[in-house]
Amino acid sequence: MEKQTRTLDEVTIRFAGDSGDGMQLTGGQFTNTSAAMGNDLSTLPDYPAEIRAPKDTTYGVSGFQIHFGATEINTPGDHCDVLVAMNAASLKVNLRSLIDGGIIIVNTDGFGDKNLKLAGYTQSPLADGSLSKYQVFQVDITKLTNLALADMNLSPKIVDKTKNFFALGMMYWIFNRTLDNTLQWISEKFEKKPEMIEANTRVMKAGWNYAETTDVFAVRYEVKPAPLTPGKYRNISGNQAAALGLVAAAEKANLDLFLGTYPITPASDILHELSNYKNFGVRTFQAEDEIAGITSAIGASFGGALAATTTSGPGVALKTEAMGLAVMVELPLVIVNVQRGGPSTGLPTKTEQADLLQAVYGRNGEAPIPVIAASTPSDCFNACFEASRIALKYMTPVMVLTDGYLGNGSEPWLVPSVKDLPEIAPKFRKEPEGYLPYKRDERTLSREWAIPGTPGLEHRIGGLEKQDGSGNINYEPENHDKMVKLRAAKVDRIADDIPAAAVEGDASGDLLVVGWGGTYGTLKTAVERKRKEGKKVSHLHLKHLHPLPKNVGDILKKFKHVLVPEINLGQLSKILRERYLVPTVGLNKVQGLPFRSVEIEQKIEEILGGKQ
Amino acid sequence: MSTLINDVITHDTVAAVKYTTKDFSSDQDVRWCPGCGDYSILAQVQRVMPELNIPKEKIVFVSGIGCSSRFPYYMSTYGFHGIHGRATAIATGLKIARPDLSVWVATGDGDGLSIGGNHMIHTLRRNVDLNILLFNNQIYGLTKGQYSPTSEFGKVTKSTPYGSVDMPFNPASLALGSAGTFVARSMDRDPKHMQTIIKRAAEHKGTSFVEVYQNCNVFNDGAFFQFTEKETKSDSVVFLEHGKPLVFGKENDKGIKLDGFSPVVVSLKDGSHSANDLLVHNEKDSTLAFILANMTYNLELPRPFGIFLAIDRPRYEDEISKQVDSAVSKRGRGSLEKLLNSGDTWVIQ
Repeated sequence: MEKQTRTLDEVTIRFAGDSGDGMQLTGGQFTNTSAAMGNDLSTLPDYPAEIRAPKDTTYGVSGFQIHFGATEINTPGDHCDVLVAMNAASLKVNLRSLIDGGIIIVNTDGFGDKNLKLAGYTQSPLADGSLSKYQVFQVDITKLTNLALADMNLSPKIVDKTKNFFALGMMYWIFNRTLDNTLQWISEKFEKKPEMIEANTRVMKAGWNYAETTDVFAVRYEVKPAPLTPGKYRNISGNQAAALGLVAAAEKANLDLFLGTYPITPASDILHELSNYKNFGVRTFQAEDEIAGITSAIGASFGGALAATTTSGPGVALKTEAMGLAVMVELPLVIVNVQRGGPSTGLPTKTEQADLLQAVYGRNGEAPIPVIAASTPSDCFNACFEASRIALKYMTPVMVLTDGYLGNGSEPWLVPSVKDLPEIAPKFRKEPEGYLPYKRDERTLSREWAIPGTPGLEHRIGGLEKQDGSGNINYEPENHDKMVKLRAAKVDRIADDIPAAAVEGDASGDLLVVGWGGTYGTLKTAVERKRKEGKKVSHLHLKHLHPLPKNVGDILKKFKHVLVPEINLGQLSKILRERYLVPTVGLNKVQGLPFRSVEIEQKIEEILGGKQ
Repeated sequence: MSTLINDVITHDTVAAVKYTTKDFSSDQDVRWCPGCGDYSILAQVQRVMPELNIPKEKIVFVSGIGCSSRFPYYMSTYGFHGIHGRATAIATGLKIARPDLSVWVATGDGDGLSIGGNHMIHTLRRNVDLNILLFNNQIYGLTKGQYSPTSEFGKVTKSTPYGSVDMPFNPASLALGSAGTFVARSMDRDPKHMQTIIKRAAEHKGTSFVEVYQNCNVFNDGAFFQFTEKETKSDSVVFLEHGKPLVFGKENDKGIKLDGFSPVVVSLKDGSHSANDLLVHNEKDSTLAFILANMTYNLELPRPFGIFLAIDRPRYEDEISKQVDSAVSKRGRGSLEKLLNSGDTWVIQ
């Protein structure tokens, strides 16, 4: 049969199966291959909170979505065009994200009576006509995998573990991908298990051949490389990028990195990553709890390390008192909050942006802390690097906000050159003459860093109010008032040292969409689409959330309406209204999921159509 | 350590000058209540410091919150007055980042065993090389008189007008149960003994846990008089000395022997027992340490003071440093350029 090839600008594929089906691996391989072929892309894993939920249940479904294209890709995709479902439960959970007319490829072996029952189907969706608006391809992947390995005498368990490579092989054929990258990965990964190399290779090729030779698939698709900025790229997740940002800052600053932390979803990967970088002098301390995570970091900072602590919302709540201590003792510290759904334990594996007010205001007393938010997975590198720069220059704790969507999501990253990274040049005080622990730099208002081991600089600091200059304990009313204002002024002055906020689109118009954090790609996509339709819409995405860039107020005034979409109940809106007295319109959805661009577009329409 | 640190710190391990006690007093007025047992602990620490011959700038005192935790302000060394209960965690971070420092923790029964109990047990099991001085006055002083985790059952305080129904901790048993490698007890009214113990604690490599019975003359006056005052001390206290039999009493006329695993008091003057029958202390024996620590709240037995246990085990910060050093020697000092360019990379022309 003659097979057609159609060219597409962009495609979104979702691989879904039971948590044991290896869908993250399959998606990861498809991602790396597509990246190597020059596509722009964005990915989002979606896995259950349970480690190994009962097999074939809906709560045990693991998914991985990749959006790749020949054009700029900013989000993992609102909907998927193709759904690979390894069992009935994964079809049930993911069908709602598939577009009408979309492709479903199912492993029919995952739709037996038992699978259907566990997924909550009373009859098979493959037989009852309920999938009639989709293009359904039924393949008995399990049987074909068994056939491919029939002469190898492998245990049924091992055979079962390779079936995801059959699905991957089919997808590689359908989307015209090379097998080379994955073949190389297989040979490296299973270097010491030649039979696994053989089995996985055979199964993947069997999948490819099946798609090519049988009549099941009549069409294959071509997605050409995207016009990306030339240079060297790597695929990077937000948590990896955050870890690299901290290491890079420590190297630039000529300091040793110390991480004091406690495992928490979805931030633990930063600890895993950093614990590998011991040859950079990185010391990681998995503490007994969140509080010891941050207080050990404060101790390390007192000793002259670039100290960081990483966590998610509930952990930030526990670290709150210690953040106040860091404000009081004025020592550099980076606190990374990979936000997740809250309150309390909330939705550990889902994303949310509801910790902004906690970051900016959530401490006892007047305890200002600079706050920086990452907007894409690779931007987590910049955010952590910038937070370290500010922490060291201004002798202050700094909070970095990322989220589960950014931390686990990944995208191609144009690898920066070390020499192009901004300078970070901390100094330790050495001269004993005239040293006062709380004497400040006139410009930055930061105090000097004097570390134990330095002769003649012995001094005592702590959480009690300090006397201006000497740092001795002091409870006098005027002194306290002065110190409260000095600490606030120090953080406010950082506004002089950060880039002006930049509008994407025209500098004035009918509507400005203002966002922060992980919604960047979605907002950008929506605004660009509306601009193409001739709408006077622009996009402002804030990275520095405290202090805000100095020009934000002026930017807001140049638009008739300000829309602030957030995955919370309007936290940035509150800050903007309070600061600039502008009437903002919120778009607030808190489902543990990213926005879809179309939701933003609808809201833009609604406001510009005058319905607001 | 980073070159930035190496450029400012002293690399001497032994003090270049001979310090005196006075060299360790800061310029701050001591603000404890007159008559507080804390004065004695401060005095003994300041007396021992010169004998350690450690450069003063290499010494750091870390504390949490409470009366005891004002301690760092009165020492002329580096000091960090932390937040409630977290002194051991702050000190752990400091020691991991800076193994070259001599790090001390001043804490109390509330700070170290109640709000900071978790950090305390984990510090002990890790065996971070810290010297922990736990001032035990069996009361909350700074908050003006509530019962503490070491207050006796039935204690009437402001927060327990009908008597406390909490079972108290025995700090020494807790420290041993947490796999502590150096566990000792002393008292504020025996300066010589305290100096000996503090010095041994400083010399010990690993976490040194020193409980000091400290009289709070405002909220819990006399809590330890039975053990500290002349009239009762010799009959109520047995001093543990390595390699020596457990003898006590006004005329050294009583001893402790083991009956199975239980210590019992025997008389040395009625002819029934001699010194040869007595339990001989061995501070390297962790099983014995548990038995001795367990004598603490037994009213039939004298209260043991001295070093329960002093054994050697790898230090947490040393093990981390070893991993760092070995990674550097195996893989070479990391190159940031290489690191950023690692993983699966591809080039877009």
